[in-house]
Amino acid sequence: MYERIREKLGILADAAKYDVSCSSSGSNRKNENKGIGDAEGTGICHTYTEDGRCVSLLKILLTNHCIFDCAFCVSRRSNDIKRAAFTVEEVVELTMNFYRRNYIEGLFLSSGIFKDADYTMERLVRIVKKLRQEERFNGYIHLKTIPGASDELLREAGMYADRMSINLEMPTETGLKLLAPEKSHAEVKKPLKYIQNNITQFENEKALIKSVPKFVPAGQSTQIVVGATPESDKEILHTANAFYQSFSLKRVYYSGYIPISNDARLPVIGSQPPLIRENRLYQADWLMRFYGFKVQEILNDVHPNLEADVDPKLSWALRNLDQFPVDINTADYYMILRVPGIGVASALKIVQARKFNRLYENHLRKLGIAFRKARHFIRYADSPMQLKEYEAGHIKGLILSESKSKYLSNPNNQLSLF
Amino acid sequence: MELYIFDGSLEGLLTAVFECYQRKSKVVKLVTESLYVPDVFDSGFRVVSDREKGKRVWKGLCKKLGKEWQFRFYKAFLSEQPETFQHLLNFARYIIDQPPGATENFAHPDVLAVSQMAQKVHREKHRMEAFIRFQKTGDGIYYAHIEPDFDVLPLLPEHFQNRYADQRWIIYDLKRKYGLYYDLEKTEEIELDEAPQMSIVNALPADLLDPKEQLYSLLWQEYFKSTNIQARKNTRLHVRHVPRRYWKYLSEKQG
Repeated sequence: MYERIREKLGILADAAKYDVSCSSSGSNRKNENKGIGDAEGTGICHTYTEDGRCVSLLKILLTNHCIFDCAFCVSRRSNDIKRAAFTVEEVVELTMNFYRRNYIEGLFLSSGIFKDADYTMERLVRIVKKLRQEERFNGYIHLKTIPGASDELLREAGMYADRMSINLEMPTETGLKLLAPEKSHAEVKKPLKYIQNNITQFENEKALIKSVPKFVPAGQSTQIVVGATPESDKEILHTANAFYQSFSLKRVYYSGYIPISNDARLPVIGSQPPLIRENRLYQADWLMRFYGFKVQEILNDVHPNLEADVDPKLSWALRNLDQFPVDINTADYYMILRVPGIGVASALKIVQARKFNRLYENHLRKLGIAFRKARHFIRYADSPMQLKEYEAGHIKGLILSESKSKYLSNPNNQLSLF
Repeated sequence: MELYIFDGSLEGLLTAVFECYQRKSKVVKLVTESLYVPDVFDSGFRVVSDREKGKRVWKGLCKKLGKEWQFRFYKAFLSEQPETFQHLLNFARYIIDQPPGATENFAHPDVLAVSQMAQKVHREKHRMEAFIRFQKTGDGIYYAHIEPDFDVLPLLPEHFQNRYADQRWIIYDLKRKYGLYYDLEKTEEIELDEAPQMSIVNALPADLLDPKEQLYSLLWQEYFKSTNIQARKNTRLHVRHVPRRYWKYLSEKQG
């Protein structure tokens, strides 16, 4: 009898894995009812797959039956694969038993659309409701918003989920229409807006009345598939930026397209997924969210794509050498943050430590900055005299020759564009 | 330079700080009893752990250290590293001698060393929160054992108690031979007369386990495989996140 549940889990985990979101942080759900689970504070990665991605949640589809035929999706109607569906009880049992053994932080539940949007959403809601109310489960729940589901169901779902997400899939409307003519960005925006408005409303009420229940406390996220359609990095990042701003998203995920179809509109099966590009997009995303960069500074019409050989921060610095060198002992915190090789933690330590003494090379090295990269862009107490100014190409050459980039050794990892 | 010998306890370390002031010592080298090699020319000063002296030093430190730094001090102590004991002694003297705020001086070698070691211990604690895999026993207790690099057990009760409030659990440190037991009310330290061995496949013998234990452990192993994307295989990244010395904890890495 165990064969059936094993097979289902195999099929429905396999079908869910292309959704890359793994976050289990940002919620504030405490275990206050002597129940099970606690989703407060930072997330935990309980293990990592062999491809190096974090496993934090039990990520499954309720079913991989789907009425849609999106070319990029492994569960598309026309794909000849095994289909399966969990019962409500099976999902609850699996979640509880995995959670109790400390395998996971919670559940990531998505689904193919069977019958119609409301029918599917209603099943998802039934599962999370049972977990919260019958099992007294306070772990993390990430629930997919099904496009087209009614407002009432979304609102109910929001009462039980920590995070909700709905995927843009392709970075532009044109790209989406090409691969999934039945879908549109508009039907993603509508529920995003609806849930965002509800989050705001609940927060406002909470400010007045303490007993107002939680509503999607960890906010919303979305995912953009990279490399399935020909958009530039600029188009991708500008779309992401617009969604961060319009819908107060917590995260935009970038998912390098893994070829899974012989469709002529898509990269052929067996071609390398664009992993470097994906990595660079995440770095650029971080620059926008934590380093105070504007999207136009990173990518614009003159510079529409991220480089493969250097990270976006270094790339920006090399294009803006007039803003350097930055004096570590006097410069503003935000300018120190912009130095390649200095991260948020080291920048904070630098501005604290320099109140006590002028900082020398040995201090900087010990504080943990990437000194060999940073040294071209900073001055410190014992900086060597520099008679001539180096030009960007020269500095880039120096840095690349000194570093063992994880990418240069296997350049085939990038999809070739031509 | 003076040589101080202490018993390796937190109380002893804080007493040593007290003695530095009492005896007006300048540079002090601190060693634990277990590492002390008697020297013909320098017999050293034996610190006698003293609750009152320790308390006075801790109170003094707390006046200068915020909550976060107090916690860092404790975490660094749990590293059990001889050089960290030395840094903690120097750090405590530095903080006591300076006006408040000296903890921000990350260019100071002892401030930096204590902060970095606290970070390492914190990381080990976090890894235990991530990598512990409970097995459900026949009598309903969830059991896991560990061999952490540092003595992080005292840092774990809060996390596991909040999370698993409605199940009894044991986390046992095989290296240091003591564990934590949560009985649905409170967490207590325990010592097992006959602790199991760290083994590769199953932590506990099959006859002690709940009948469904094997099923869930198997489902988890298979889930772990299904959720992997072969086309993205990146062993280097995988090992960086899950260092090999932790694989023995992870049921998904067996089989």
